[in-house]
Amino acid sequence: MADTNAPFRIKGETGEWEVVVGLEVHAQVVSNAKLFSGAATAFGAEPNTQVSLVDAAMPGMLPVPNEECIRQAVRTGMALDAKINKWSRFDRKNYFYADLPQGYQISQLYHPLVGEGEIEILLDEKDEGSVRTIGIERIHVEQDAGKLMHDQHPSMSYVDLNRSGVALMEIVSRPDMRSPAEAGAYLRKLRSILRYVGSCDGNMEEGSMRADVNVSVRKPGAEFGTRTETKNVNSVRFVMAVVEHEAKRQVELIEGGGTVAQETRLFDPDKGVTRSLRSKEDAHDYRYFPDPDLLPLELDDAFLEDCKSSLPELPNDKRKRYEGLGITAYNAGVLTAEVETARWFDALLKAGAEAKQGANWVVAELFGALNRRGESIDASPVSAARAAELLGLVADGTISGTIAKQVFEIMLESGEGAADIVEKQGLKQTSDTGAIDAEIDKILAANADKVAEYKSGKQQLFGFFVGQTMKAMQGKANPQLVNERLRAKLDS
Amino acid sequence: MSELTAKTIAELRDGFRAGDFSAREIAESFNAAVAAAKLLNAYTVETPEDALAAAEAADKVRGTGGLSSLAGIPLGIKDLFATRGVDTTAGSRILKGFKPRYESTVTANLRKAGAGMLGKLNMDEFAMGSSNETSTYGPVISPWRRKGSNVGLTPGGSSGGSAAAVAAQIAPGVTGTDTGGSIRQPAAFVGISGIKPTYGRCSRWGIVSFASSLDQAGPMAKSVRDCAILLEAMAGFDPKDSTSLDLAVPQWEANLSSDLRGKRVGIPKEYRIDGVPADINALWDKGIEWLKDAGATPVEISLPHTKYALPTYYIIAPAEASSNLARYDGVRYGLRDTPEGGNLDAMYSATRADGFGAEVKRRIMIGTYVLSAGFYDAYFTKAQRVRALIKQDFAKAFEQCDVILTPTAPSAAFGIGETTDPLAMYLNDVFAVPASLAGLPAMSVPGGLDGQGLPLGLHLIGNELDEQMVLNAGLAIEERAGFTARPEKWW
Repeated sequence: MADTNAPFRIKGETGEWEVVVGLEVHAQVVSNAKLFSGAATAFGAEPNTQVSLVDAAMPGMLPVPNEECIRQAVRTGMALDAKINKWSRFDRKNYFYADLPQGYQISQLYHPLVGEGEIEILLDEKDEGSVRTIGIERIHVEQDAGKLMHDQHPSMSYVDLNRSGVALMEIVSRPDMRSPAEAGAYLRKLRSILRYVGSCDGNMEEGSMRADVNVSVRKPGAEFGTRTETKNVNSVRFVMAVVEHEAKRQVELIEGGGTVAQETRLFDPDKGVTRSLRSKEDAHDYRYFPDPDLLPLELDDAFLEDCKSSLPELPNDKRKRYEGLGITAYNAGVLTAEVETARWFDALLKAGAEAKQGANWVVAELFGALNRRGESIDASPVSAARAAELLGLVADGTISGTIAKQVFEIMLESGEGAADIVEKQGLKQTSDTGAIDAEIDKILAANADKVAEYKSGKQQLFGFFVGQTMKAMQGKANPQLVNERLRAKLDS
Repeated sequence: MSELTAKTIAELRDGFRAGDFSAREIAESFNAAVAAAKLLNAYTVETPEDALAAAEAADKVRGTGGLSSLAGIPLGIKDLFATRGVDTTAGSRILKGFKPRYESTVTANLRKAGAGMLGKLNMDEFAMGSSNETSTYGPVISPWRRKGSNVGLTPGGSSGGSAAAVAAQIAPGVTGTDTGGSIRQPAAFVGISGIKPTYGRCSRWGIVSFASSLDQAGPMAKSVRDCAILLEAMAGFDPKDSTSLDLAVPQWEANLSSDLRGKRVGIPKEYRIDGVPADINALWDKGIEWLKDAGATPVEISLPHTKYALPTYYIIAPAEASSNLARYDGVRYGLRDTPEGGNLDAMYSATRADGFGAEVKRRIMIGTYVLSAGFYDAYFTKAQRVRALIKQDFAKAFEQCDVILTPTAPSAAFGIGETTDPLAMYLNDVFAVPASLAGLPAMSVPGGLDGQGLPLGLHLIGNELDEQMVLNAGLAIEERAGFTARPEKWW
């Protein structure tokens, strides 16, 4: 395994280069209505069926901020330990495009809703030393644009305004990342937090989360180089690919005597390369100015208190709590990475499962089964309550771990409860020493040669006798008792 | 029925309630007058059936005691207000034929109060102009003429059609909008009253935007009382407009009083400017006397940043307009020009080049320039600062006085085509613009005629939310000026 703590370096002809990465993540806010209109926001609706007069920028229409969108952005800021600005303001970003009905996007340039915060990432779940802190510069809220469709007519383009006016949070990081892995871990962690908070569904395929990737290279310790911005990258894997490719491209360019142009680029996922979209010279002059249709946004303490009190336990806190319950750091990391897993595991604990045993079981058994069956944990055929019942039977000695696996398989198929299955199929563990002794005696007698070998020092044969005994007892013997009895008989 | 068209809204309302005449008679009188006044070019669309339908509804209700405040009153509506199913074009070619599927809050409020609509009124394109000459429908001709002259005069602008309609008695009252004087200057030019309330009193929802931070709807009518009646119906909080004021609408009409004892009238020394005709300054002095006669005490005040108001206005208003008018792009509604083989940019250029007139293009260019990178701080940021100082000037002044009196415009109405220099045209609003920048209520009331027989207005500026003081001072002037002059009918 690669050492995650070794700095990521690009080896060029002139020596080693360091990559500097910052991400601007656009996250669609979970809300029933758009940022400034009452129109609905569901994904996949028929074109132009979720468009209000405001979204279509009809003459005389005015925006009114949707409080739920503001609330979600504030909660997100709080989850990132960020400064919440009680006074913020909306600005207009002016440019012409057919998917932008107003001719401007309402955004926040000068006074964003959320200021500085940070995200802690772990590059390797098994290595506590691989922790990094990535700074958040700001979060602002803004409108999304509509969508152009070029494949509907031979000579015309169509416009779908369903997405026009949907609320986005733009989460801008500091240029604090130094490798593709860090960029990937940051995006994963950010996505996880957003989904815990419930402010964004994090669905990158549907475009509800996408990243603009800023990349530059420099000799380690030197000043920042000129950066390029690759727009609208829509998966963690692609973000990492962009960093990798852009870093390499820039190093080759510089070492070949060229200079990096400050420009906007696009990622081609099929070829795994970026290409130039427009240079700085062609960049729009967006003529930002405060939107005169809107008053400044002023948040009162009661609103902030409500936002704060509605925050769930966040991944880092949850992880620490799990570790406090005796769960290994690795398992705690795995169990808290996705909000659905954490929710399921919390339900398991609530149903009375012992933490450490439960964690091991979820990571090893449940995940294995779900993977095999191609099911997500939300749709797990075995509920947390049922799983707690199964683990309880193991913990109180009713069944062995081996039998538990069998019972679990039956549960997955039949949906029945563990106790019922154990009862019906007679899988209860036996602690009847008489029966165990009888089986042991038979096995020792049938394997006199192995007994002799064992006694002459081949200690590893002990496992063989345990296995034979358990097999003879159809796995139902109390393994601890089998061990005890065997030792008594063999070592005497 | 011609005498009905000469009545004020208060007279029509009271006569209708008393059973002196029916609402239908009122509507028919005005419909006929509108149809006979096409030479004025005041209406862009006539909707006689709308006025009649509202009248019939009013006639039905009469006697049941459930009459709302404007039952039986037909009104003219400036073409800037969206009216459901009726052409709403802001006087622009780019919106020709546009029929909104929605009704502006202000006109909806008027309809709720029982008013019918006589038609849509001509105006400067997107409310940009002071003479009504920038309209795609051609200029409105003022019903007024200089003594012994047949020269066509402008009714002022941008609410020029609105002003002409009231003066020519082809509407008893109308809606206007005022961004930098567009209610007050035309009211002064045609000898009627018009008030721009405090910014936020009237919802802007459904009014085609010119400059959002300045635009404000208001009424224009024959009398101060009529303005109070109409404004009460138009104003009110609207959750669909974030800048709308969440305040109850005062009973302005019931509280009208021309008794100004104990009130102080501010006379700003900076409004005595060079080049203003003697007639206008003389009327101003008369106005001071009239208010004194009503019991008020004149006090000299200073509004030191007045001289920066016009340049400030001509940075902020075009900046906002350049952005507000970006939506007229040919993509979703209105005019669309698609040059052969052209791309999206070509469609934008052709549509906007063809659809907007010269003055609108000039302001879009000015606005685009002052918001551009490298110029933003020098122009837009600076203008915002000066605007704050102008507001502060008024705040200080209102510690010393209750209402401010000035002339409405620096000249009487001028001839169509006479003012070709845009900067000279902009000067029309030199007295009106400071109150707009400060968001204050302000009104023009007719004071008298100049030497050529043309109306001149007096301008009252009130403190924030104090429309009552403005109306009361206006009433005091109205009672003392005895302005009864009417244009001689030539149309």
